[in-house]
Amino acid sequence: MSAATPKGVLTTPIFKNNPIALQILGICSALAVTTSMSVSLVMSLAVIFVTAFSNLFVSLIRHHIPSSIRIIVQMTIIASLVIVVDQILKAYAYEMSKQLSVFVGLIITNCIVMGRAEGFAMTNPPGLAFLDGVGNGLGYGFILMLVGFVRELLGAGSVFGFTVLTPVQDGGWYVPNGLLLLPPSAFFIIGLIIWVLRSVNPEQIEENEFQMKENTQPKEAV
Amino acid sequence: MEHYLSLFIASVFVENMALAFFLGMCTFLAVSKKVASAFGLGIAVIVVLTITVPVNNLILEFLLAEGALTWTGIPGAENIDLSFLGYLSYIGVIAAIVQILEMFLDKYVPALYNALGVFLPLITVNCAILGATLFMAERSYHFGESVVYGLGAGVGWALAITALAGIREKLKYSDVPGSLQGLGITFITVGLMSLGFMSFSGIQL
Repeated sequence: MSAATPKGVLTTPIFKNNPIALQILGICSALAVTTSMSVSLVMSLAVIFVTAFSNLFVSLIRHHIPSSIRIIVQMTIIASLVIVVDQILKAYAYEMSKQLSVFVGLIITNCIVMGRAEGFAMTNPPGLAFLDGVGNGLGYGFILMLVGFVRELLGAGSVFGFTVLTPVQDGGWYVPNGLLLLPPSAFFIIGLIIWVLRSVNPEQIEENEFQMKENTQPKEAV
Repeated sequence: MEHYLSLFIASVFVENMALAFFLGMCTFLAVSKKVASAFGLGIAVIVVLTITVPVNNLILEFLLAEGALTWTGIPGAENIDLSFLGYLSYIGVIAAIVQILEMFLDKYVPALYNALGVFLPLITVNCAILGATLFMAERSYHFGESVVYGLGAGVGWALAITALAGIREKLKYSDVPGSLQGLGITFITVGLMSLGFMSFSGIQL
């Protein structure tokens, strides 16, 4: 990201510089809550809220934070925002907060929030920092919804709880793939998403540290 | 005793922090290129988890939970419920303990400090540490259980990262399609490992 234009900071994190797919940030909490789309949606909204406002507040007081204790200050701001989210969820969407269980709390240690506060909000004015927070939250939410869509559609035959592919046990034709509801599938899906994104943008491919010589037999290499 | 053993096995294999709950993924993927450094980080995580989970358990039990302040003798203390301050206190405790551990190791065990040095600060923001504490709070473990759970969760995470690093070291020699190289293939490897670990589910001692 060179020039920080409002539109640029909002849109680049979604596709070009996606925090999950490219910077490998914030996957920690992302994968466990993607078994259904409504849960992923709530999680994404929570993360967008926390990144946007933590960026805003950190940016507002950035000239007053002594650099030796800045991590603690950022951590406190983030933790307070997460407490707000958690209390709201417990009050108005108790069932949802039970499903999300510890993963709302884990937004605190989500590397995206911390990374944006440290890397962007500390050096940019509040308005831009807020937009950057929203953009990165959206980028995170985009991947989350995509994974949630694939897992719910193929794992349970539904989208947002509405049945799309009628499962066999209800007289339909679709045999739900139970694997998609289990943890390993989230890894496969993210891996495949990264594969697609990098095939579209070849400049994102990582340099191979140990390039093999042409025509080398595999057994010679080991 | 059997109860503790069962809890330990469950937290190492069945509810593996990294492979079943996706916790600590950022460092899990970033530091698993070499077995030696992965092992170092694993040991650091075990140490920190074994200390922080019980300490947070004490904090919860004697300061934050509903009616926990009764021992102070303040009138009306049994009605105070500070559990909404949980996140803030846990993360503060974790940051403080990591810092203290770092200073302690630097002064008294320099060999270990040099081995772990780089990884210790990273651990503060490792979701596995906070995650274990939150699971402990959610399942309301008592003190003894929290010690075992902290140790077990740490051992499980260390086991997973060391195994992944071993696989990735071998993977360097294989011819992976260009755009799948690095992160992509690592994710798929972790998925396969996670599938393997699922075979432990349902084990009861």
